[in-house]
Amino acid sequence: MGLGIETRHQIARRAALEIERGMIVNLGIGIPTLVADYIPGNYGVMLHTENGILGMGGSPPPGKEDGNLSNAGGYPVTLIPGASYFDSATAFGIIRRGLLDITVLGALEVSEQGDIANWIVPGKRVPGMGGAIDLAQKSKKVIVLMNHSDKEGNPKIVKNCKLPLTVKRGAHMIITEKAVIDIENEKLVLREVMYPHSVEEVVESTGAPLEIRNEVMTFQ
Amino acid sequence: MVSQSTEGSSKTKQISIEAAAAHFFNGMTLMVGGFGGVGAPPGLINVLIDRQIKDIYMISNDTGFPWIGPGKLITEKRVSRLIASHIGSNPEAGKQMQNGELAVEFIPQGTLAEKIRAGGMGLGGILVDVGFGTIVEKGKQTVEVQEKTFMVEPALTADVSIVYAKQSDTYGNLIYDKSARNTNPLVAMAGNVTIAEVEEIVPAGQLDPECVVTPGVFVDYIVQSKGVDWKWVWELKQDTK
Repeated sequence: MGLGIETRHQIARRAALEIERGMIVNLGIGIPTLVADYIPGNYGVMLHTENGILGMGGSPPPGKEDGNLSNAGGYPVTLIPGASYFDSATAFGIIRRGLLDITVLGALEVSEQGDIANWIVPGKRVPGMGGAIDLAQKSKKVIVLMNHSDKEGNPKIVKNCKLPLTVKRGAHMIITEKAVIDIENEKLVLREVMYPHSVEEVVESTGAPLEIRNEVMTFQ
Repeated sequence: MVSQSTEGSSKTKQISIEAAAAHFFNGMTLMVGGFGGVGAPPGLINVLIDRQIKDIYMISNDTGFPWIGPGKLITEKRVSRLIASHIGSNPEAGKQMQNGELAVEFIPQGTLAEKIRAGGMGLGGILVDVGFGTIVEKGKQTVEVQEKTFMVEPALTADVSIVYAKQSDTYGNLIYDKSARNTNPLVAMAGNVTIAEVEEIVPAGQLDPECVVTPGVFVDYIVQSKGVDWKWVWELKQDTK
């Protein structure tokens, strides 16, 4: 994503604050995966994976990896007490049934209405949607973690997505290296700026109007 | 009254991997179990390559990595049509899709899993609302049920399904290994011929019936696995550290 490791962790650390005790959470690939590092161990949070685990734990120590125990990205993981395995159909039954409290995923574009585009760049890369459509459409809260701007410096938060959608009106919150933004009633509300960025900087680099209701806090 | 037998099914479904290869043919629809290559049957994939099977219409969750699982079939250019949810971890699949060598139909992961499950369960299809408002809904038949609108997604079956399991008995009852279960139980049910590659094969009666995940009735043949012959991505990263 072109963000430094500290910035990536800052975003992940902020996202983890949204996670409450006992929640069922799915973390996507990339920065979302880092969120797991910041969920307190005593919260009883159950991490869900599309390949069929509820109760995924952290990475095993070197030498203790098991090729048949991995996350949806194919990387070795462990389990926490209370975990279970199931087939992929059941993994998505859990999603469609609305049992996921939070999904954290990456995106190419997010619109002010909460539309998300994250699986197709026409004429360039078409990786496929994987489980993103199911997750973004069916989770109670969808948090998007991404760069505030693309490689050319264009805003990724826009009035209307130009890329093919993953979900219509699915996102509830956007966290970037510059800001924490809520999407409420199809409007963007600036909640926090990320240190060391300013409100002016965020407004300027966002492609849709930002509402500022209360004092904007700075997240360190 | 049916007479009680303590023998059970004495006929073993175990065959050699060479005998299994006789069930593969050019142009077949092939379902492959696994997720990112985890839980894909390594020996059966290799024999498909060795026997020069081509023009495969493959149905799999994803295309693994270029050297892992069903990804090998892509790299070897044996697949001409593909149904999958994701090909992002296999750049070779992306390349072949761009240059027109590989026709790809993308289906949201949960919908794909359920279409396969429906095929295995003898259903005509499923009703699903995942993907409304996106290009997924394009060209889909819709139906209103209990005042909600759904897309009709036809069930999927295949000429041949290949899966991987940790344990089976000679009747083909399957037990999987941790997250290598993933799509395997679904794929196992949806093949007109299902071949399971198994790490440990035991005589019928040696598995706890309570622990069987896929009933052997869905499984036509079992072959002994020699384990994975590829390096996982995380192993390669460790090697280069």
